[in-house]
Amino acid sequence: MPVQKFTVRFDRQDPRSASYLKEARALGFRALRGITVQDLYFLEGQLSQEICKQLALELLADPVAQSAAWTELPASPAPPRTDTVTVEVALRPGVTDPVAEQIVRAAHELGFDQVRRAATGLRFLLEGADQAEAEKLARRLLVNDVIQHWAIGAIEPSFPQESESSGKVESVPIRELADDELLAISSTRRAALDQAEMHAIQTYFRAEGRDPSDVEFETIAQTWSEHCVHKTFKALVTVADAVNGQPPALSGGEGSTVNSIIKTYLKSATEQIDAPWMLSAFVDNAGIIAFDDEYEVSFKVETHNHPSAIEPFGGANTGVGGVIRDVLGVSAKPIANTDVLCFGPQDLDPESLPDGVLHPRRIQSGVVSGVQDYGNKIGIPTVNGAILYDEGYTANPLVFCGCVGLAPRGKHVHTPHEGDRMIVLGGRTGRDGLRGATFSSMTMDAQTGEVAGASVQIGDPITEKGLIDVITRARDHGLYHAITDCGAGGLSSAAGEMASALGADIELACVRLKYPGLAPWEIWLSEAQERMVLAVPPDNVSALQELCNTFDTELTDIGVFSASGRLLVRHHGELVLDLDNEFLHEGLPQRKLNAIIEHSILDTSKSEYRLSNIDANEVLLQLLSHPNIASKAAVIRIYDHEVQGGTVVKPLTGVGGDAPSDAAVIKPVGTNGARGIVLSNGINPQYGKRDAYRMALAVVDEAVRNAVAVGADPQRIALLDNFCWGDPLRAETMGSLIEAARGCRDAALLNSAPFISGKDSLNNEYLGTDGRRHAIPPTLLISAIGLIDDVRQAITMDLKEAGDDVYLVGNFEPVFGGSHFSLVTARSSNESVPAVHGDSPKVYAALHRAMLDGLVRSAHDLSEGGLAVAAAEMCIGGRLGIKIESEAWDDHIRALFAETTGTLLVEVRPQDRDGFLARFDGLPALRIGTITREPFLSVLVHGVKVIHLALSDLIAAWEKPA
Amino acid sequence: MKPQALVLQAHGTNRDLDVMDALTLAGADAVGVPLNELRAGKTLWTDFQLVVLPGGFSYADALGAGKLLAIDLRSYFADAIAAFVASGKPVIGICNGFQALVRAGILPGANVIASDRSERGNLPANRRLLRRNSAAPRNDMEVTLTFNAAGHFECRWVTLKAVSDTCLWTRGLDELITCPVAHGEGNFQTAHENGLTVLAANGQVALTYAHADGSPAGNSYPANPNGSVMDIAGLCNAAGNVLGLMPHPENHVHDYQHPRHTRGETGRSGLALFRNGVAYAEKL
Repeated sequence: MPVQKFTVRFDRQDPRSASYLKEARALGFRALRGITVQDLYFLEGQLSQEICKQLALELLADPVAQSAAWTELPASPAPPRTDTVTVEVALRPGVTDPVAEQIVRAAHELGFDQVRRAATGLRFLLEGADQAEAEKLARRLLVNDVIQHWAIGAIEPSFPQESESSGKVESVPIRELADDELLAISSTRRAALDQAEMHAIQTYFRAEGRDPSDVEFETIAQTWSEHCVHKTFKALVTVADAVNGQPPALSGGEGSTVNSIIKTYLKSATEQIDAPWMLSAFVDNAGIIAFDDEYEVSFKVETHNHPSAIEPFGGANTGVGGVIRDVLGVSAKPIANTDVLCFGPQDLDPESLPDGVLHPRRIQSGVVSGVQDYGNKIGIPTVNGAILYDEGYTANPLVFCGCVGLAPRGKHVHTPHEGDRMIVLGGRTGRDGLRGATFSSMTMDAQTGEVAGASVQIGDPITEKGLIDVITRARDHGLYHAITDCGAGGLSSAAGEMASALGADIELACVRLKYPGLAPWEIWLSEAQERMVLAVPPDNVSALQELCNTFDTELTDIGVFSASGRLLVRHHGELVLDLDNEFLHEGLPQRKLNAIIEHSILDTSKSEYRLSNIDANEVLLQLLSHPNIASKAAVIRIYDHEVQGGTVVKPLTGVGGDAPSDAAVIKPVGTNGARGIVLSNGINPQYGKRDAYRMALAVVDEAVRNAVAVGADPQRIALLDNFCWGDPLRAETMGSLIEAARGCRDAALLNSAPFISGKDSLNNEYLGTDGRRHAIPPTLLISAIGLIDDVRQAITMDLKEAGDDVYLVGNFEPVFGGSHFSLVTARSSNESVPAVHGDSPKVYAALHRAMLDGLVRSAHDLSEGGLAVAAAEMCIGGRLGIKIESEAWDDHIRALFAETTGTLLVEVRPQDRDGFLARFDGLPALRIGTITREPFLSVLVHGVKVIHLALSDLIAAWEKPA
Repeated sequence: MKPQALVLQAHGTNRDLDVMDALTLAGADAVGVPLNELRAGKTLWTDFQLVVLPGGFSYADALGAGKLLAIDLRSYFADAIAAFVASGKPVIGICNGFQALVRAGILPGANVIASDRSERGNLPANRRLLRRNSAAPRNDMEVTLTFNAAGHFECRWVTLKAVSDTCLWTRGLDELITCPVAHGEGNFQTAHENGLTVLAANGQVALTYAHADGSPAGNSYPANPNGSVMDIAGLCNAAGNVLGLMPHPENHVHDYQHPRHTRGETGRSGLALFRNGVAYAEKL
């Protein structure tokens, strides 16, 4: 069948060219003069010249801005152009190509039934590059070998391959194997199971009198994977002190063993707090709290680190899609997304990268595009987040994706009944994402990108939008008994979990495939995106089908829920999996791990700095330009944060719409009254490197404080934890994990803020070809969700009016340990990281009272960079100045730049002074300055001007990251 | 009786509820209608006095924003839409809806712009042969909404000035409209400069990007967020009943939506546009 190759180019400059060129230059390709991008479309079919012409104009090109040309393959090679090298790129077969699918569909809609298949590609014309440079640039910037193939010159199209149909089921003989052979099987199948786990499987099948099929083995590996079952967080851990080897004195009297981190630290705090407004914690796909009498709000945050490391766009894209399905899995409508991202330094020397590692710039631009693509297209506002940089994230970036949902109270059901049909909704199943669950449970190495290529996919947000439309309506009509999402582990995980209380009988031949040729275990384990599994009473299937027809969503009936207590899976009738639920879900032996608690840097004596010679002006500008602190507007603005019309406090705020909000406030459309949802986060790997326990306390405090700063009621804040750590088999790593979890519990209790959901991502390490391990800093993300009774009373951080007073509230005990001052001045500190003061909840309660009484005009938390950075940001927000005067600060560098917890700057009208202070009776609230019309931030200590900076200089520094 | 407003829910529409909120506040009965229900004849265009094509990412913007939805409009609803437009009833396309109206040839509509396309290589001089299943007036895409000049999607608040008395949606709007844009392909361009002259002369330039004080953006970023020629943010047909615009006035119909509401700046200035459209529909 002939193939026509269409090339579409912009008549004016391609808007993509400039950004490619900028990225290329940043990666060191300075000789390059230009990059021109053109789109390639390969259409297979008997297409006349006239049809090609019409396809070009009607479908493939924008006739006003673009031109199209086409040629039948094989084409005669284009005459070589001096000084320009052509690179052509296309997706590998099997990688989802939604545009190609749309070309065929739309061509048929236009009446061009002759179009049989389509594929897409890109052509880059590199001006000023020789072939060697071009190849290097292709690898570094233009192409990702994991999902694409490429050529210098013309590329062959890659249509989805129709491989041989395969119903093949292999037996995995394990009954007779010795220990080392069992481990070898685990390793070759990339199952990530240890010896005790392999033994348990062996014992089960010895009793069954047979060996497992590959479907069974893969199902067990998936069900027992770290990703799905969190065996580290449920392990029995023996804890010892690093110095004397004795059991350490843990604050909760746990003694020398911790039996399950989740139970001991996270669930126990939630149970103890026992908040009446908490509706569901740790059981569903997402945590749920009450919004009002009518609605409930759900929140989930997931990580998608390993996939984002090897294919940043697809990894982040499907990370967002995955967490949205978590919220759909509690029958809620997704109403807001959050994204917290950690990358290596953007200016890293490309030559210094370990093998197989993408440059942090590429990772960032890919991840950000992936987040943007999914969130914007599905129509969920991205309202809160953070971006942090540290060398520790170079090979192992972190991508935290959060989603908030809204649902009528009591409508979420989760109990399948015997006889219910097992229904799959959404996308088709392909070979995508195989073994993702086990892949994410391993340390990556230089080959990971290659081997795990199949673990990465590209999302399809519009298909998932259809799922939202169908499921929210099906919920309102009561059409299903239970629902869950297809995430890691695919049908195996979703169907297996749903059937765990009853049993099920499933026919894999019913599953709709993207292309034929999948082995039964591949169908069962595929992590193809945009699928949900529902338990639907047989009488309701036709009503559900009708909804699906309306919203272009596919419905597939794959089996029935039974009361057998067994999971049965067939392929064309032949039984390929027959497992006892009890074994599958309870048969995993508890892991036994060791932890060593290392002594944190807890030197409480203040450093003897010679700080008097430091130019505070210069330090402040450096801090404002530090990538962790500087404006993230370039990223925030490419996310749609307005869709759904409920974003009351936006990520950027103030007079110029360019200052950083402490938290987001959302007023969900459709809810009555003025109540809103507050979203914030806390994260601090610099503290994590030094003291995991205090870091946990500090980041919980930061999340709570950020929420309170915009007006959240401190008595109704719930928390989510996301732990990203290294290899837990290393006792020191396990020790810091326990310390962080302990900090989470103590912080939750202190703030009466329960944990409602959490997730851990371990093994965030990278084994380089240099043989060294590259581990990430211990990173704990705390996401907070709170309520504000009247969104019209929300507070933003921008200064409002000259003449107002500025107060410093909270216990102000600044220290340099883990501070950004240490980073920008390269002065390492022996000090501890900031402790959390027991009074901080009282401070937040007082501040909230003052806000409700209308006494607060702006508020901003002190975080990275300390008081001076917070004050500068408030000036930027209000386009006003602040004059700070202090007679109390003997060490002004410490006061201005060292870091604290529990403190905020608050703007109050002079006439409200007494009322404001009355609410802080007995709590620290100190007037430190006045807001000025003169656009300067100035600080006078003992009458000496230590900072005097023009607003324009503050803005310039903040908006141009170093 | 309140005017009935059809809010078209296509494959990938996502600001449908936002605009239904705005229409309700403006006094209409807003009904979200999935495209497939119209296709199946379960809902009829003729039952409505006003039609909205809301924002979103129909078909994920594959092959250009609005392109595939435009093919749907022409394949399935050419006659119905042509009749609706010809009857003078108000139609509005916002963001992706605007893109689809342009790609379907409904905007700027039937005012033929002289065109000599012979210089465009493979493109045929005679575009008439491309008209298929299309009773809607086609202008052969002499205008387009292409990629933003900055090369990427952007979400930010802008100021709009209503500049057309031809357009029933913008007629008499003296106040500036403050509302967000959220798009990657909103850069309005014409194939020929004389096209601009014709559009301006006909009063078809309905909304332009402005500075906060109302002075023209003058193609300066970010007041003009996407590089549109002549700061064009919204365009109507010659009859003035069909408006397409890139920004989202439906996202500024409550005080708390304003980005500086905590500084006392409110106004719900997006609502006036919908009030105009609904009031017109009411009189039909």
